[in-house]
Amino acid sequence: MVLATENIIEVKKLVSHYGERQILNNVDFSVKKGEIRVIMGGSGSGKSTLLNHMLALLKPTSGTIKIDELDLLKANRKDLTKLRQKMGVAFQGGALFSSMTVGENIKLPLKHHTELDDNTIDIMTRLKLELMNLAGFENLMPSELSGGMLKRAGLARAVIMDPKLLFFDEPSAGLDPVTAVELDELILKLRDSMNMTIVVVTHELESAFKIADKITVLFDGEVVMTGTVDEIKQSSDERIQNLINRRPRNDVVDAEQYIQRLTTGQN
Amino acid sequence: MSYSQTTHLHYKVLALTGEVDLHNSPQVRKQLLAILKKGSSVLVNFSELSYIDSSGIATLVEAFNYAKNNALTLTIIAATGAPLQVLELTNLNKVFPMVDLLDDIRE
Repeated sequence: MVLATENIIEVKKLVSHYGERQILNNVDFSVKKGEIRVIMGGSGSGKSTLLNHMLALLKPTSGTIKIDELDLLKANRKDLTKLRQKMGVAFQGGALFSSMTVGENIKLPLKHHTELDDNTIDIMTRLKLELMNLAGFENLMPSELSGGMLKRAGLARAVIMDPKLLFFDEPSAGLDPVTAVELDELILKLRDSMNMTIVVVTHELESAFKIADKITVLFDGEVVMTGTVDEIKQSSDERIQNLINRRPRNDVVDAEQYIQRLTTGQN
Repeated sequence: MSYSQTTHLHYKVLALTGEVDLHNSPQVRKQLLAILKKGSSVLVNFSELSYIDSSGIATLVEAFNYAKNNALTLTIIAATGAPLQVLELTNLNKVFPMVDLLDDIRE
């Protein structure tokens, strides 16, 4: 697979806060067209926050975010709507509407954004259900599906418009090993056949090593390293090795600060 | 995307050029169904096609099914690259008759 030279995502010097608390610090993150990029890091490392910024769901404190050449901080509502039609997002729990059938959920973007014939829309929906191994589940309600099925249904909806850019939050979390491997295969196939750029947030190492062209490791809101699977594996950085070898972090305890946090709730 | 219609033996040939996507697949659908409704079998020539999205694939499925139900055929010619991969991804390469060259169609 030869990657294009131009970046479809360009995040520069991104700083983000939730209230007083700084979540991202000076994050640079760029992804080339057709690339599969995995964002890894422990809980609270800022992975989901970075994702939400790229979806223009959060406003940064400072820095710039460009997606498909659109500057998200300067874009108007119309530009953002247009951009969102080229992006697919699969959230952790599937995020389907509970009052609609699985099929209705999946075809929703097509009904909203296209003028396609109903026959075409129905077949497109079933093609995606087949792809996700969900054939025959079209008329069920989301509450009748298992967690893994909900995730696949969410992915079906995310790719129903054949997006150029797919964001996938924790694809294999909570799945049985066989389903998780199938989902990895599917991610690779989507890229190869539809030339999608795919950004996956995960802490499943096996999955990351299998699908990633490059991995970005976040730690406490900062990019520790971006590199190929081999580069990440060979990194001498202790935080990366801890992540790879599943070692708990060994933080130095500042006794005074610790007591202050416990007694006052302030840092 | 552009398309052209020619004839090969007793078939109508619909040649697709460029990219078939959400915006132009309704045109392809109209052309294909019009050919089939006139009672001709159709060869869809992919040789100049660089990309086809799932609305295009869905269109081919609908047209293929119409052909089948009316004792006609729909055959894909010269699928390579990304369009071939999409057909493989959806397993439709095992459903649609696929031929490498237009000249391989003899009768």
